[in-house]
Amino acid sequence: MEAPDVVAAAALGVAGGMVGGLLGVGGGILFVPALAIFADLTQVEAESTSLLAIVGVAILGTWRQRQYGNVRLADGLLIGVLSPLGVGLGVVVANEVSQRALELGFAALALLIAAQLAARALRSPGDARAAPDGGTPDG
Amino acid sequence: MPRDRILKLAVVATAAGAFSGLFGVGGGTIIVPLLVFWLGFGEREATGTSLAAIIVIGAVAAGAQAIYGNVDVAKAALVGIPALVGVVAGAALQQRIPERLIAGLFALLLIAISVELIL
Repeated sequence: MEAPDVVAAAALGVAGGMVGGLLGVGGGILFVPALAIFADLTQVEAESTSLLAIVGVAILGTWRQRQYGNVRLADGLLIGVLSPLGVGLGVVVANEVSQRALELGFAALALLIAAQLAARALRSPGDARAAPDGGTPDG
Repeated sequence: MPRDRILKLAVVATAAGAFSGLFGVGGGTIIVPLLVFWLGFGEREATGTSLAAIIVIGAVAAGAQAIYGNVDVAKAALVGIPALVGVVAGAALQQRIPERLIAGLFALLLIAISVELIL
């Protein structure tokens, strides 16, 4: 890897971590392209390697968010422990439905959820749930 | 924990596992909206709790991929260590913005994912 590639991958790493801390996702949306484009990994290797970076983000993010009082730990761990149930379901569905149909179906679902979240973002400030710390008022 | 709540969390878990297996998107894109709309979590709580779930989901998936030799530890560190700085900054920033803005940013993330899937 050349130095500019290392810098680019590290910068996408910082950005992915920020998205993770802000939005509660692992950051793979940026780690995977960073690893595939700048670290010479195949798509499968990039997705797999990204998982390890995601675990680090999730551990540190959970710790920080717990200090802010934003983690229901038992709920989160239960979701994690039970998620392999869905992996099997996903494999069955993947074998029954074409990949393209799945992609379009998920894209439609994501857009529907995005619209609902946008509506929530645009709600009148008076409806807003107070911040857990009673701090930052909405709006 | 009440049975009803455990059942709901089990459904969230199943959906997260299924979608991450199908699309390689982390479970977080599914978990956060479900916690907000179905279990009544605030945005901050939903994102914090989602991260706790991702520790387990990511560790299991990374372990499975490592068996197949697909995980490059040095390259994971290349993005993962800078990411630790990012996640601390992101979580700190999140405490200073309104929850509605978190919902709006999440909507943008989902739109980006949709565009990527459609293209």
